Amino acid sequence: MATTRPRRLARQVSIVGAGLSQFGAYPDKSSRDLFVEAFQDMQENIDTGISATDIEAGYLGNYSADLFEHQGHTAPIMADWLGMTPTPITRVENACASSGSALREGVMAIASGMYDVVLVGGVEKMTSLPTEGVTDVLASAADGLYEVPAGLTFPGIFGAIAKAHMDRYETNLDHLLKVGVKNHENGKLNPKAQFQVTIRDMMERRKARAEQRGETVPEWADELDFLNDARANPWIAWPLRLYDCAPITDGASCVLLVASEIAEQFTDKPIRIAGIGQATGRPLHDADELTSLSAAKVASAQAYEMAGVGPEQIGLAEVHDCFTIAEIVASEDLGFFAPGEGPHAVDEGRTARTGDRPINTSGGLKAKGHPVGASGVAQVIEVYKQLRGEAGERQLDNPNLEFGLTHNVGGTGGTCVVNVLQRG
Amino acid sequence: MTTETAARPFNAASFYEFLKEGKFMGVRCRENGNVYAEARPIDPVSHSSDMEWHELSGRATLSTFTCISVAPASLEAKGFGRNNPYCTGIVTLEEGPRISARIAGVDASNPQNIRTGIALRLDLSEIDPDEPGLVFRPA
Repeated sequence: MATTRPRRLARQVSIVGAGLSQFGAYPDKSSRDLFVEAFQDMQENIDTGISATDIEAGYLGNYSADLFEHQGHTAPIMADWLGMTPTPITRVENACASSGSALREGVMAIASGMYDVVLVGGVEKMTSLPTEGVTDVLASAADGLYEVPAGLTFPGIFGAIAKAHMDRYETNLDHLLKVGVKNHENGKLNPKAQFQVTIRDMMERRKARAEQRGETVPEWADELDFLNDARANPWIAWPLRLYDCAPITDGASCVLLVASEIAEQFTDKPIRIAGIGQATGRPLHDADELTSLSAAKVASAQAYEMAGVGPEQIGLAEVHDCFTIAEIVASEDLGFFAPGEGPHAVDEGRTARTGDRPINTSGGLKAKGHPVGASGVAQVIEVYKQLRGEAGERQLDNPNLEFGLTHNVGGTGGTCVVNVLQRG
Repeated sequence: MTTETAARPFNAASFYEFLKEGKFMGVRCRENGNVYAEARPIDPVSHSSDMEWHELSGRATLSTFTCISVAPASLEAKGFGRNNPYCTGIVTLEEGPRISARIAGVDASNPQNIRTGIALRLDLSEIDPDEPGLVFRPA
């Protein structure tokens, strides 16, 4: 049995800068272009500036440039393109939790005393393949010997989780769709998001297009009516439809981590990494429960313990909504709601920006976009901005905001990384 | 069990070789009796490496499922996709363990009519020798 003694960082670590590329589909941008864009965005946002030569080490989350772009060994290329050589940089691969795990490596590298200034980021260039190709690449994060031969795809595994949740609790298809509606409302307010539109906007656009073409204008009463129409929102893996799935995205993210004792050299508003957790789970058929990701429970318990807080003190959370059901399951695994209460919380607006439990104020993976290797750090950036009061139009109206949480999942819970961030 | 069966290594190659021969072979931990559908060389619970092959009955119940309309290349080649979704999910074997399997013989175009908890049996006739995978159908 592994030791369960409380984990402590030997030195405190803070985030002092953050940068994101634009998220979307960019045929002319390669991984390195996206990562440079994120880095330059960070340079512009660091109060006292930062040069590549100030950085002592780097950790890069990247799932599969190998398959997406036929480019292995991605980390040194990113370093070269930033002018960072010969500084060491290491690629970390944990599927969609790649940059969550990269961040953790960066935190531990500083806490160990080895470095004071570390660049952590993530990048994924996905739109170079057609949708079927992307589906196959993502499926390779599942168990290739016992899940994939059964015909399970990524949406398929989360579809099976959704069905189990529907069987066990009062969860229904509308609960799932409402997660997407909420996240698009937030994404509309995020200038970096892939989809800066609400579901209602998309519905109205389709009506307008039909009218322009002289076609019959669909009579959708509201967003849910639109989302329940298979012509507008086709099935992907029942009970999941197209708008239950995060999109295919090109994008990059990075943050600058420093030892907390020198954070004020970079900014007067550092954000401390108060707690980190990472845990490992098994394929769904071997999981303890079909309605929960055990790794998320373990990782969040670790992060809460290290930060000395519980779920009730978390003012906002960015959770891994690769599929709408994943956000509901996360909200239960993280202890925000009791098992089975997640869907009701969505219904009641509790997870909206104006609710008591704001989740995915960035738009989440659903609307902001999901460049898989970049998503873990992109989540951290949203919490960083909210805690600093720099989230623009989507800034939470909560003067007491002190703690925020990120929840980043690799595969179907094979990896889960949870961080608790604190203002100051 | 024949000596020849006992001698096969505990890996997926052996698992699918058995399946092609018409045998559904899992493994059993000699130390605590845990049974796994996957050919695991180590029992992840008891941590013992004292494993043996264990023939499974192929009787199971449907624990959860999905009906997939966007098929991976291997199933698209079999004619599945947008106009012909297929059902796949997690089955619980009579012997206790769960495993992922495709579910044949159900109407994947009307998933609301498919019931979890139904009895299933392994369907060896559906197994593709070139790309073997588990397939169950209603018993």
